[in-house]
Amino acid sequence: MSDKQIIDRLTDAFAGAGDAFDSDGRLHSRLAALAERQGLLDVSYRTVDSPLGLLLLAATGEGLVRVAFSREDHDAVLARLASDISPRILRTPRRLDEAAHQLDQYFAGKRRAFSVPVDLQLAHGFRRSVLEHLRRIPYGVTQSYAAVARAAGNPSAVRAAASACSHNPLPLVVPCHRVVRSDGTTGEYLGGPEAKRALLAMEAAA
Amino acid sequence: MTVWLMTGTNLMESSHGPSQTGRSVRSRDAARRPFEEIVAEHGPVVMRVCRALLGPADAADAWSETFLSALEAYPKLRPGSSTRGWLVTIAHRKAIDQLRSAARRPQPAGDLPESPVTDAASAGESSMDDDLRAALDALPAKQRGAVIYRYLADLSYAEVGELLESSAAAARRSAADGIANLRKHFSKGAKT
Repeated sequence: MSDKQIIDRLTDAFAGAGDAFDSDGRLHSRLAALAERQGLLDVSYRTVDSPLGLLLLAATGEGLVRVAFSREDHDAVLARLASDISPRILRTPRRLDEAAHQLDQYFAGKRRAFSVPVDLQLAHGFRRSVLEHLRRIPYGVTQSYAAVARAAGNPSAVRAAASACSHNPLPLVVPCHRVVRSDGTTGEYLGGPEAKRALLAMEAAA
Repeated sequence: MTVWLMTGTNLMESSHGPSQTGRSVRSRDAARRPFEEIVAEHGPVVMRVCRALLGPADAADAWSETFLSALEAYPKLRPGSSTRGWLVTIAHRKAIDQLRSAARRPQPAGDLPESPVTDAASAGESSMDDDLRAALDALPAKQRGAVIYRYLADLSYAEVGELLESSAAAARRSAADGIANLRKHFSKGAKT
């Protein structure tokens, strides 16, 4: 036997150990559970199917911290979370089961408000005040950007209010889609203008 | 913890060869990648190393321990480091810890599987090449480590040297001696 044959035999013998080592995801689940128990899991995430495409849900120990549409590029969103919050990020469906369930119900027309805890740490200052206000706009009701600016404490900051809506880290759950232009047109949306129109139509019909 | 991180960091300093730059374009951001990506990318190689060092029965524990320690230290990992070298270093330490505590532990006669190999076979896992396993286990520690880290973890000799606390040249010699001894083992086996 040549050295090469020995090395091939060695790498072949262990190739399987690496390739299919966690096909059922048990090792990963165990790692995530241990990490959570030891307080090492800063951000957990999962994806969930929706009529608006695949959604990314991410949570800290505080609560839901990010909802992202696929057009935002989920990998890029996770990379931003790694630098903005912490790189200790693992896919951990369990912590987000309730949020996923409530979103399912919302899209099925069976839920009008979300009761999962949220973490607004990605929004600061005036933007955060805007988000706090948005959470109080009821299902099926729309408001103008000017009204939102006023309610958030700065009536002249209409553009800043619009910007806060278009940078909302928690679309759907913090209902920025309920804010429209004074002329009645829908305006910008993270999920795209069609998604916003669809959501407004769904809520109006319910 | 700090010790492993330091070892890992030193290891990384010596691994900034040209082969590294091509592989990782975003190496400057490496430390900030979501840890999930690190698990997905390096999970298989860490498992290969754990299996080779400990056998299938203890490999899963060592794998979890390795990634748990890595997760803890991850935010402090120096950007631009070789993540694989760092992880293999942690796995190396975990394996040493496990072997030490197994040696201290009294062996209850009927309770434990006779050897990890038997356990894997009975668990229906891909049957490991028993003969190879025995030959690998029979190697002197440095040769065994050098063979595993060079050929299964694909580390450079400089990295292997750091891990085994010797020079790159000595690591190269250990790996060559290890392969030679494996060859001897198999040619002997073929004759009998």
